[in-house]
Amino acid sequence: MNFLQPIGRAFWGFLESTGRLAEFAAISVSHCVRPPLYPRLIGRQLVDIGYYSLPVVGLTTLFSGMVLALQSYAGLERAVAESVIPRIVVQSMTRELAPVLSGLMVAGRIGAAMAAEIGTMRVTEQIDALSTLSTNPHKYLIAPRLIAGLTMLPLLVLVGDVIGVFGGYLVSVYKLGFNPAIYLDFTWDNVDTLDVTSGVVKAACFGFIVALLGCYNGYHSRGGAQGVGSATTNAVVSASILILVSNYLITEMFFGK
Amino acid sequence: MSAHETPPPKIRVRDLHKRFGRNVVLAGLNLDVGVGESVVVIGGSGTGKSVLLKCILGLLEPEDGSIEIDGQPVIGLPPADRETVNRKFGMLFQAGALFDSLKVWENVAFGLIQGENMKRPEAKDIAVAKLAAVGLSAEVGELWPAELSGGMKKRVGLARAIATEPEIIFFDEPTTGLDPIMADVINDLIVKCVRELGATALSITHDMASARKIADRIAMLYKGEIVWNGPTGEIDRSGNEFVDQFIHGRAEGPIRMEVRSP
Repeated sequence: MNFLQPIGRAFWGFLESTGRLAEFAAISVSHCVRPPLYPRLIGRQLVDIGYYSLPVVGLTTLFSGMVLALQSYAGLERAVAESVIPRIVVQSMTRELAPVLSGLMVAGRIGAAMAAEIGTMRVTEQIDALSTLSTNPHKYLIAPRLIAGLTMLPLLVLVGDVIGVFGGYLVSVYKLGFNPAIYLDFTWDNVDTLDVTSGVVKAACFGFIVALLGCYNGYHSRGGAQGVGSATTNAVVSASILILVSNYLITEMFFGK
Repeated sequence: MSAHETPPPKIRVRDLHKRFGRNVVLAGLNLDVGVGESVVVIGGSGTGKSVLLKCILGLLEPEDGSIEIDGQPVIGLPPADRETVNRKFGMLFQAGALFDSLKVWENVAFGLIQGENMKRPEAKDIAVAKLAAVGLSAEVGELWPAELSGGMKKRVGLARAIATEPEIIFFDEPTTGLDPIMADVINDLIVKCVRELGATALSITHDMASARKIADRIAMLYKGEIVWNGPTGEIDRSGNEFVDQFIHGRAEGPIRMEVRSP
């Protein structure tokens, strides 16, 4: 029966980690809705997560839209392609590509930075110093990041939707020779409120996941530089996996039969 | 309280137990720190000095025992009540623990701005005055912590610890990593600041020169318990073999360092 022991231990460890993460999330969320809030810190995080992520999200969605148009054109009759490609691009971008790619890119950029910054604060006793200065670390460090993640990723995704569609337009019009007016007409006809809404809901969820796991891993890092390194890796890997899992669940919620 | 009743000690620790896994760090520790008294806890590395401090500060939760501040039990307090108790505290961390993302003056003023909701310009004036009290100019206040030397970081940490004029100040290895002259400068500043504030001080260190300078009373910690406790002037004739070995820095004696052979 010894072979069951490591399985049981791993399962127990998983439950323990999940419980700890849930407790951390509950405490942090409670500080997001209880005054006092720190507008200056929230503003700084909004700029960090939103404004400074624009280039990376913009480039990712632009090229994804371009590739989508190019790939979809292969194997289609030209007459069909002119009506189908705008639909493929706009639906794919709004439903899937913009939220998922933006979520993954922000996980790499922001999740890692949060884990590294908070992890360094942990190992250099700065988080302990916050507590001794009568400042709750959840309120001061975690809540502003959660609020910013939750609110900025949907905005980034809306911008990404537009840029992605623009990428498809560029390839379709300037490379494949489509009529620009017809392309825009077909695009506009295929913009669906449900698609955009599902993308925005996904983005809010992904933003929360990225900020939560970045903060959680940083907050619990131990053992100096190596611990901070591990926290950073764990933040990005766990956020990426959770983004993909929750993407399926939200898709099921919106579009499942 | 009746006229004959003595006030409770500022800090009272009773039968404190703390372990990490199988490693017992505090094993029934008892310690009192009187009002306005400066107590230094000495002991080798890994004897539980920092854990004791963190338990009193509420950063670690002990398994058993009690801690009272001004007669009020503080273990297991809700976070809001804990923050109220922590307003009585100032703390100088071993490596300073200055916030990298804030300028020096913002670090010093942090407790005033966040803890006491003071306006930034007013808090800045106090921060500059506290920096002056530890021998640093107003220009230093505009620097970032990364631009400071080790000694300056300690001074800024001390300025931050005294900025809110706390009733109790904790010092975690205040002279570690400093040259002997700078260590003495820091010791003098600690004595001056604590006296001026009339604060109670609890320090931990393994630097005997520092302990002799800043302590009214010294307590020796070994294997999670206080093995000797007495006035600073009596430490050289304590008659305690643990204390004698420690203050003379001898390898031979009842204190056995856990060093494994290669």
